[in-house]
Amino acid sequence: MNTTDLGYLVQFAFLIGAALFAMGLHQMNSPASARNGNRLSAIGMTIAVASELVFVANSGPGIGNWLIIFGGLAIGGLTGLRMARTIAMTAMPQLVSLFNAVGGGAAALLAIDDFVRLSGQRTPEGALAGLDGWLIFFIVVDVVIGSVTFTGSLIASAKLMGRLKGQPIILPGGRFVAAVAAIVAVSCSIVLVLAGAGLFNYDAWVLDVLLIAALVGALVFGVTMVLPIGGADMPVVISMLNAFTGSAVAMAGFVVGNVILIVAGALVGASGAILTKLMANAMNRSIGNILVGGFGAAEGSQAALTSEGGTVREISVDDAAIQLAYASKVVIVPGYGLAVAQAQHGVRELADLLEARGIDVSYAIHPVAGRMPGHMNVLLAEANVPYPQLKEMDDINPEFERTDVALVIGANDVTNPAARTDRASPIFGMPILDVDKARSIIVIKRSMGRGYAGIDNPLYVNPKTGMYFADAKQGLASLIAAVKAQ
Amino acid sequence: MNVGTLINDLTIFVLAILLGFEVISRVPATLHTPLMSGTNSIHGIVLVGAIALAAAADNPLSGILAFVAVVFAGANVVGGYWVTDRMLQMFKRRPVPKADEPAE
Repeated sequence: MNTTDLGYLVQFAFLIGAALFAMGLHQMNSPASARNGNRLSAIGMTIAVASELVFVANSGPGIGNWLIIFGGLAIGGLTGLRMARTIAMTAMPQLVSLFNAVGGGAAALLAIDDFVRLSGQRTPEGALAGLDGWLIFFIVVDVVIGSVTFTGSLIASAKLMGRLKGQPIILPGGRFVAAVAAIVAVSCSIVLVLAGAGLFNYDAWVLDVLLIAALVGALVFGVTMVLPIGGADMPVVISMLNAFTGSAVAMAGFVVGNVILIVAGALVGASGAILTKLMANAMNRSIGNILVGGFGAAEGSQAALTSEGGTVREISVDDAAIQLAYASKVVIVPGYGLAVAQAQHGVRELADLLEARGIDVSYAIHPVAGRMPGHMNVLLAEANVPYPQLKEMDDINPEFERTDVALVIGANDVTNPAARTDRASPIFGMPILDVDKARSIIVIKRSMGRGYAGIDNPLYVNPKTGMYFADAKQGLASLIAAVKAQ
Repeated sequence: MNVGTLINDLTIFVLAILLGFEVISRVPATLHTPLMSGTNSIHGIVLVGAIALAAAADNPLSGILAFVAVVFAGANVVGGYWVTDRMLQMFKRRPVPKADEPAE
C-alpha cells in the first residue's frame, strides 16, 4: 500500500481511537459502567498505538529506530505495569502524580526534539526553513507547560510519599527564585516566537540557547511552585497538573501535526480543569489562594480558638458500643485518618455487624475526604463496601437529623460546625457534613490534635459528642469486639 | 505551519475542550479519583507522537530524546490503564466474598 493511502487509513483509525476515548469517559459517569468505560478507552489507545506502529513500519525505519521503539516500550511498559500492580490504594495520588510527570515530560521531549531537528534548517537566504511563528509558539508552550508539570509532579509525588516534608516548605528567597524562573521562561519563549515570526534572524545556536533557558526556567518554576504548597492542598495541585499534562499533550499534537494528540490532550485538559475547580470549591478556596500556598503554616497559629472553655466528654469503648448497638440509624463519617491507619476493612466489619442487627448504616463522604476527591470511595470500595451505601454530602446532610449515631473516624475539618457559624474561622463557608445535627455523635480520634487547617473543632465540646480516644484501626477492633459482646 | 492546517487543528482543539467539559461535568464525586486516573492514562496518547519521533530519529540526540519519551509515555499508558481498572473492579453493587488483599 502506498504511504498516502496508509496515512488516510491511520487517520481513520485515530478517529476511532478518539471516539472511543470520548465514549469511555462518558461511561465513567456511573459506577456500574465505569470499568467498561475505561476498557473502551484502553481499546482506543491500543488501536491508536498499533496504527502508528503499522504506519511507522511502512516507512521503513532502521534497526536502531526499532530498538528505540520496542526497547522504550518494554522498559516503560513493564515499569508502569509493576507500579500499577503493586501500589497501595492509599498511595493512588502519588502514582497519578508520577504518571503526570512522565506524560508531561514526554510531551516536552517531543517538542524539544522537533525544535532541535528544525532549528538548524535554513533557506538559501539564511532564514528559518521549517520553523515559523505558530510552530514555535506551540513548541515553547508545550516545552514550558510540560516541564513545569514534570518537576512539579515529581515534587508533589515526593511530598505525598513522605520523601519530602508534607508541610509547606518555604525556602528563603523561594518566591524570588520562582518569579525569576517564570520571567526567564516567558521572556525567552516570547523572543523565540518573534524570531520564528521573522522579526529576528538569529543563528541556530542562539535559538537553541533560548530554548534551553526557557526549559530550565520552567523546570525550576515547577519545583518552586509546588514546594510551598501544603499537604491538604495537594489533591488540587495534582488535578491541576493533570490538566497541565493534557494541555501539553495537545500542544505536542499541534507540533507534530497529530490530531489524536490534540483531541485526547484537550479532553484531559478540560476534565482536569473542571475537577480542579470542583475540588477547590469543596474546600472553599480559590485556586489562586492555593497556589500562593502556605495555608497550614501561616493561618493555623492565628486561628480563633472557638472551643475554649468547653469540656470534652470522653467515653469508653463499651459506652460507644452500646450506643451503636441500640441505634436504628447510624451514619459513618470516614476521614483521612482512617485511610492513614488502614482501617477501611475494620469499618466495613463494624458496619456488617451493625447491619446484621437490623441497623440502617450508611457512609457520609465529603467531596475532599481522603487525599483526592473520591479517594475515600476508592478506599471503601477496596474494603468491599457496596457503593450504594456511600452517600454524597448533599444527599446525606438532610438525613443527619434522623440519625441516632454519627460515627466520625479520622475526620476533622469536614465536620467542623464553625464553617457554618463562625465568620472568624479560616474555614468559614466551606461546605461541611452536618454531623452535629445527629442525635448523638461518637468521634474516634487519636488525640485532641487539630486537623489540616490547624483550627479547633467545636464539635468535640458539643454535649452530644462522646470522644473515644484511640488509633482508628485499634479503636475499631476494640469497638467491634465490644459490639459483638452486646 | 500552513494556515489551513492551523485552523483545522484549532477547530478540533476547541471542540474537544467543549466535549471534555460536557462529558466530565456529569461524573459523580464517587468516581472522581478513578476519573482522574482514567484521564491520566488518556494523556499517555503522547506515546503515538513519541513513536513517530523515534522512527524519524537520525542522530544520537534525537534518538535519546525519543527513547526517553517512549519510556515515559509507555509507563504512562500501561500503568495508567492498569491501575484505573484495578480501582474500578472494586466498585461493586453487592459485596462479593473474597480473600483479603495482600497486606500493604
